[in-house]
Parts: sequence; C-alpha cells; structure tokens
Amino acid sequence: MDSVRRHPWVAAVAGAIMLLLVFLAFPIVPETRQAVVVRFGKPERILNEYRPGHPIGAIGAGISWRIPFVDQIVWIDKRILDVDMQTQNVLSTDKRWLQVDAYARYRIVNPLLMYVRATTEDNLQAQLKTILGSDVRNELGKQPFAALLSPERQGVMDDIRNELNSDASKYGVEIVDVRIKRTDLPDGAPLQSAYESMSTAREQEARSIRAEGMKQAQIIQAQADADAAKIYADSYGKDPQFYDFYRAMQSYKTTFVEGADGKAPAPTTIILSPHDDYLKQFTGQTR
Amino acid sequence: MNIDPGWGSFADSKGPWGAGGSGGDGDEPPGGPWKDGPKRGKSSPAPQSGNLSSFEEFLRRNRARWSPGGQFPRRPDGSFVLWSIVAVLCLWMLFTSTHSIAPEQRGVVTRFGRYVYTLGPGVGMTLPSPIERVKKIDVESIRTSDLGSGSEEDLMLTGDQNLINIAYSVRWNIRDPQLYLFELKDPNGTLNQVAESAMRSVISQVSLSDAMGDKRIEIEDKVAQITQQILDRYHSGIEVQGIAIKQADPPQAVTDAFKDVQAAQQDAQKYENQARAYAVQITAKAQGEATAFDKVYAQYKLAPEVTRRRMYYDTMEQVLSKVPKTVVETPVVPYLPLKPGADTQQPQSQQGQGQ
Repeated sequence: MDSVRRHPWVAAVAGAIMLLLVFLAFPIVPETRQAVVVRFGKPERILNEYRPGHPIGAIGAGISWRIPFVDQIVWIDKRILDVDMQTQNVLSTDKRWLQVDAYARYRIVNPLLMYVRATTEDNLQAQLKTILGSDVRNELGKQPFAALLSPERQGVMDDIRNELNSDASKYGVEIVDVRIKRTDLPDGAPLQSAYESMSTAREQEARSIRAEGMKQAQIIQAQADADAAKIYADSYGKDPQFYDFYRAMQSYKTTFVEGADGKAPAPTTIILSPHDDYLKQFTGQTR
Repeated sequence: MNIDPGWGSFADSKGPWGAGGSGGDGDEPPGGPWKDGPKRGKSSPAPQSGNLSSFEEFLRRNRARWSPGGQFPRRPDGSFVLWSIVAVLCLWMLFTSTHSIAPEQRGVVTRFGRYVYTLGPGVGMTLPSPIERVKKIDVESIRTSDLGSGSEEDLMLTGDQNLINIAYSVRWNIRDPQLYLFELKDPNGTLNQVAESAMRSVISQVSLSDAMGDKRIEIEDKVAQITQQILDRYHSGIEVQGIAIKQADPPQAVTDAFKDVQAAQQDAQKYENQARAYAVQITAKAQGEATAFDKVYAQYKLAPEVTRRRMYYDTMEQVLSKVPKTVVETPVVPYLPLKPGADTQQPQSQQGQGQ
C-alpha cells in the first residue's frame, strides 16, 4: 500500500483502468436486445436470445460477462421490426395495373444465423426488402384484379407470408405478419378511367333518380285523376239524365255569363225563335 | 465509516421493495442482483461487491492513514473531498431510488436492463440508478393519431372499384407499458401502419355509397377490431379505443357528378311534390262538385219536374239577361246586324238540346 501512497496518480490511473475493465467485462443486456459474443471472429455465445412464449423479465436480459478485448459483442434487436416495401406496380391476371404498398413485421429469432448470413441489421433489412418486393409481386400477379381488393386478400397475404418466411428463415428471421398497406390505381390512364367510370355511374344514377321521380309524379297524378273520376261517377251515376241537365245548366252559365278560368265570356248575340221552349209562354200559347 | 450505514440501510430497505415487486416477479427474490454477484464470482471476481469493498477499503485506508499522522499537509482538504463525495452519493441514492408516479403513469423498472416489475401510481422505491432504472410511461391518457388525407387526397379503393377520399383518426392508449416498451421497435409507427392496413381492407369490402353513408359506424368498429387483433398478435401493449372517420368523400375530380346526384334527388322530390299538390287539388275539386251535385239531386228527387223547370228558367234568365238577343220567326231567313262572332248559332242549338 505504500506504493499507492507514493504514486497516487499511478494508483488513480490503475483504478480507472480497473473500473473500465469491470465495465467491459460485465455488459448490461437490455430487454430490447440480444447479443452475439464473438471471440476472435468466432461466435461464442448468444445473450438474451429470443424464445417464443417467454414473458418479459424472464432469464436473459440483465448483467452478463465477457473477456474484455477478446470477446466482441454484436448487438441485435430483439423486438419486432418492420420492413417497408417500396411501392410496387403489380399486373393482375386480368391485365390491370395496381400500385401496391406492403409491409412485413419480423423478429430475429436466431441471432447467430442472422449474424452469420447478414452481419448487420441494415443489411438484413435491405435483403428482406428485396425478397418482400419480389414475393408480393409474384403472388399478387397470380390474382385477378378484384381479388386484390376483396376478402380473398387475407388468403393471399398468408401465401406471401409463408413464401417470405421460408426465405427469411435462412437469415434466422421469423416473419410475424405481412400486410398490404395501400392498393392504389397508378396515376395516369387507370386513374382517369376510374374517375370517368365513377362520373358516368353518377350520371346514370342522377338520371334514373330523375326518371323515377317523374314516374312517381305521373303515378300520383293518374291516381288522383282516377280518384276524381270515381267520385264523379259515384255521384253522377245515380241519375245520368239529371246530370246531363244539371251540367248543361252549369255549362250555359259558364259559357255566357261567368266565363271559364276567370276570363269574361266572348260577347254573344242570341237569336231566339218565338216557338222556342223558353218563349212558349211569351206568345201566350199553351202546348 | 459513513458509507457503510448507507449501504446497510439500502440493503435493509430493499426488503419491502422486493416484496412489493414480488407480486409481479415471484422468481426474483429480494436482492436478486446481489445473489447473482457471488454466483458469477466463481468464474470471475464478484463484480459489484468486490469493486465496492475495494473502494471502501481504499477510503478507509486513506482515512486511517490521514487522520492520525497526517503526512500530507492538506488533510482537511482530503476530508472535505471525502465528505462531499459521500454527500453526493447519498443524495444520488435518495433521488434515484424514490420515484413519484403520477396517477396516469406506470413506472417500468429494469434491473441492469432486465424488466423486474411495474410501479403503480404513488411513490415507489427502487434500488438507486445504475442498478435499477425506472421508465415512466403514460398509460391512461388517450392519444390520437390522424391518418388518411390531411392536406392532399388519400384515395382508397372500395369494393365496387370506386375511389374514396378518406381521413380518420385512431384513439389509443397503452394497456401494458412493459410490452409497449420492449416488444416493438416502433410501436407508434406500427399502430399507424396497422390501422391504415385495416382501414384499407375494410373499405375494400364495402361499396362506395356504404363507405360514404350510413355504414360508417360499422366500418369504424370493424377497423378498430381488426387493428386491435393485429396489435395483440404483435404483443404491442396498445389498446385501441376507437377509430373515427372524419371525412369520407368522393375524389375531387368527380365531385360535380356527385353533386348532380344530389340535385337529381331534389328534382325528383320536386316532381313528386308537384304531383301531390295536383292530386290534392283535383280530388278536392271532384269531391266538392260531387257533393254539390248530390245536394241538388236530393232536392230534385223530392220534386223532379218543378225543380228542373225552376233551374232551367233560372239559368236562362241569367244567361239571356246578360246578352243581346233577337226574337224572329224561324222560317224567315233574317238579315241581322250580327256582330262578328259567327258561332252565335251554336249556343242556340245547344239550348235546344238542353231541354
């Protein structure tokens, strides 16, 4: 201990180095990461490896150890990661283009394999992106246009996932899910023709609505006319002869005196014979 | 030695925390990390305790060395430095081992990176900072993610291959803070993508008019349900509270056509209203006239001949009193100062028929 007293600075540096060694020797593995311990380029151990079904907080994360400067630690994410496909143009079996945007969620379940095959996460991501793109294009290219939009879609996605999974398992990756995020009509002619078909469909709808309205209006009017005719018939039918007389009287009044539709009647001169029925008393004769 | 009681009380009070936490992690007895130390110590020197005790020893030795003899003239300085280090350490431990958790928060405790338990609201105690760390997560407050068209159009294809411009928002909060923290790399981005995918899959199964009209609520429910299912499969720890469709319009390029449909509906309504008005008018007129006829007829029935003649004369009186008239012997072909109006013959003949 005298040496410490004599060389306090040497002691301090030695302490610092000790501390550093302690930090290097006992790495802290967080819940979100797994690690491959590589000794001189050879993978030795895996820390906090993902095991399906293990709850969070189970053995795995926490303090670990390594030999400083000999063991390198390669950190690999343990969480579910995502890879976003670049937008792809897909030609359906009925020769229609569709713009598809998909994503996949994956987890690195075998960090050792992943380290050996892809080395870094970025590299893995790039490779998965390529595979996802081609798988999506291949599978969707086998489908008719309508199937890409319809409930059948889920089945298609399962096919894509299986396909992708078999490729991805070579990288120690498990595909959790593949989903189509967007399906769009490509800009230009397909979009324009969709707009046009929408417009014409609306035009048709508008016309049929108007026609239906007119039809209803006509039905209502005809029904009203029929109702009125029935009312007249019921009433006048009781005595057609009297109706003839009654209506004639009304008609004369309208024609000569009141005029129809609020207009004054045309000026009229009436020539009467003395033998007219109306004047039969006028001549003093009795019939 | 001052550091000693500090560590001692620390070791003691760890008991209740460990017990408190053991609800969540029964397999982790109090003082877990300290047990780990010695275990590992077989292969390599115990990390914490060895390090600490050597540090203590170092201090103790220094004190022991400095206090009696005082070879160094800056003894008080050394003591001051020592005490201040101790004070800072105590403060550090105090501040990093007590955590106040707000009512809407949960504190996720990790011990050397490993999840141990979750603190509820209130004041929680943990081991001091480098050993245990607490991440406070707001679980109760409901967040909103706005998706779909903001400034520009976001078109989706509907089941009948039309396009719809849709904007919606997802309301969500955190159900399991530890899952939220540890399972997904980008939980918020995941939520958005999942909701978008679910919305597209639902919209692609309904027709345009359903999506724009009365099926909105069904769509919202279905999207929320699907989103939740997918997020559960990812163990995201997110709970979807609801989806709200804020806007579901036809694309701007075809808005005019859609407006024309509305106009057509109003036109159709107008036609029908006009027809109804006509119907009311015509039936009322018929009823009025029929009733009038019925009343007159009832009276006519009582005295047919008299009534008939009376009506005839009444009418004739009214008619003839208002018009110029000429009485002539019929066989004579008269030369009359007839006013223009050649149809004067017709009323006469009608008159004859009327009788």
